[in-house]
Amino acid sequence: MATILAVENLRVHFFLDQGLVRAVDGVSFTLEEGKTLGIVGESGSGKSVIGQSILRIVPPPGQIVEGNILFQHQENGATTQIDLAQLDPWGKKARSIRGREIAMIFQEPMNSFSPVHTVGNQIIEALRLHQDVSAAEARNRGIEMLGRVGIPQPELRIDAYPYELSGGMRQRAMIAMALVCNPRILIADEPTTALDVTIQAQILELLRSLQEEFRMAILFISHNLGVIAEISHEVMVVYFGRVMERATVSEIFKAPLHPYTKALLESVPGIDTPVRTHLATIEGTLPDPHMYIRGCPFFGRCGECEGNTVCRDEPYELTWVAEDHYVACPRICVPM
Amino acid sequence: MTDSDVLLEVRNLKKHFPIRKGVLKKVVAHVKAVDGVSFSVRKGETLGLVGESGCGKTTVGRMIMGAYRPTEGSIWFSPPNGKPPLDLASIDPGDMRELRPHIQMIFQDPFASLNPRMTIREIIGEPLIVNKVARGEELDRRVHELVEMVGLQPQHMSRYPHAFSGGQRQRISIARAMSLYPALVVADEPTSALDVSVQAQIVNLALDIQDKLGLAYLFISHDLGLIRHFSNKIVVMYVGRVMEYAPAQNIFERPRHPYTEALMSNVPTTRPELIGRRIVLRGETADPINPPPGCPFHPRCLYAEEVCANVVPPLAELSPEHQAACHFSRELNLTGCDALGCAV
Repeated sequence: MATILAVENLRVHFFLDQGLVRAVDGVSFTLEEGKTLGIVGESGSGKSVIGQSILRIVPPPGQIVEGNILFQHQENGATTQIDLAQLDPWGKKARSIRGREIAMIFQEPMNSFSPVHTVGNQIIEALRLHQDVSAAEARNRGIEMLGRVGIPQPELRIDAYPYELSGGMRQRAMIAMALVCNPRILIADEPTTALDVTIQAQILELLRSLQEEFRMAILFISHNLGVIAEISHEVMVVYFGRVMERATVSEIFKAPLHPYTKALLESVPGIDTPVRTHLATIEGTLPDPHMYIRGCPFFGRCGECEGNTVCRDEPYELTWVAEDHYVACPRICVPM
Repeated sequence: MTDSDVLLEVRNLKKHFPIRKGVLKKVVAHVKAVDGVSFSVRKGETLGLVGESGCGKTTVGRMIMGAYRPTEGSIWFSPPNGKPPLDLASIDPGDMRELRPHIQMIFQDPFASLNPRMTIREIIGEPLIVNKVARGEELDRRVHELVEMVGLQPQHMSRYPHAFSGGQRQRISIARAMSLYPALVVADEPTSALDVSVQAQIVNLALDIQDKLGLAYLFISHDLGLIRHFSNKIVVMYVGRVMEYAPAQNIFERPRHPYTEALMSNVPTTRPELIGRRIVLRGETADPINPPPGCPFHPRCLYAEEVCANVVPPLAELSPEHQAACHFSRELNLTGCDALGCAV
């Protein structure tokens, strides 16, 4: 299996007037061809910023301050490894990769399409920007792509404005625009959160079949554990800008090791939760984002560390515990 | 159960919004947001109203609150003071004012539902002042009590909403809704703007308050897992109509409407090994302006036959308390939640 993206020790900091926010603080992972990596976390965990930094679209005052994003860049049949973190975000190289080799779909398709251009024109623009095709051919490719993602009568819908499409159709059009250049990596940031469950099931099914067809790697970002479980091959749990646990999908949901992962899973009512009983909660709230925490950021909310100050004070790393299973919990990683 | 236990009885409720076009604002069509909904809520129980966006569940909640006047139908509410039931659908505003303290609402977005210029003390105390329930020291004491009941720190009472997180704001909304000890609380997606760990805290709080105050909830949500956890009875809506209406346990054990079955099977699960069969529906939710003839679900239904496209299936009683609007609900053997493993 070929690794096409390797993120090493990524740190993205936001330099705000109120202080420094470490949105992403030492995150490493790899993305394999044809596989889906799910990133799950609560709001404010930094999961979206990870996706944005790969495309180099982190909004200012955010900056990548450390780390490498090594991408297997293909050009004219030759593969070279380039570090996306070193690129000029507005430079020619970054723009040639964005949309062509790495594409992204967002949560709210209404906000990501231009409301004054037709869906077709926006798809055609994306295609003609990156590939040398005639206008007529681009239009045909656009129609073909809209058909692929399951939009009925694509030859008519290509001339529709975004407001004329329903939420599910708009998300399909968004996927068509992202995939029209046949990207090797698709970053999907909460793509089904705004949709109903029956439409969500359709979109997940569609992404799965398109992945099989195009062999692209997907980085799927969501707060919904169920969605992550259905689409991912590997799952990464993030909290406070750090990776808490990373494992294969079956491992993480069957045998989670990190207390945070366990707490997250228990807080959702499931089929075997007795009805109308108390759900397990995570006490407290997220730490202040301006704070620098040397040890485990989950300290104080964790039910297992029992106030053990080693957890709070000792630095620790994401540690190998079993095949394809990594955990960052001081109780597991730091000898006490 | 006697009739005196029924707190709210909704009968054949309809709300059609006119669509106006042109210079003369002529009515060209109607959005049939709610099209004949009936259910009842007993004292102290929770009724879950579930459906996809646009199915009319919020409109039902708003009509009960008196924000919209129904096009047709009735909403009988029995005031807790033992007076005879009143029809909220045709009540005059003066009488409604008297009933207000008994029906309260919790909204979805805690960032939009709290006045940013009022302190927590003012927000929670306002219903008490407006309804002349308490003032002065008594008011302070009541607000203090409410703040503690929802698990907030009393020393934060002079802060403004911006100083609180989403979960804390939702606690403030709950304290405000509970301030008059209502008999019925309409909760419209109260946790969908929150993270799962915070959602669990709010669910626990809502259950505790129900035990303590004995109030009834009309719980509106699109999240089946949450509805299952929370409700005694469930109404499944689709394009303004009731598809199925039954006690929670029955509906999850054996749904009698194909739409309910599909909804259950589409809840994403963290335990893929449990999934027996996944039903991916074709197409999209029907248009409430121009709903399909016959059963509104028939274009997407896996079991649809010719009759479904022509005849509207009535909501039929299959067993005591279990109703479904499907021509074939007696014949079909639909899969329940256990077999589908819709563990969220």
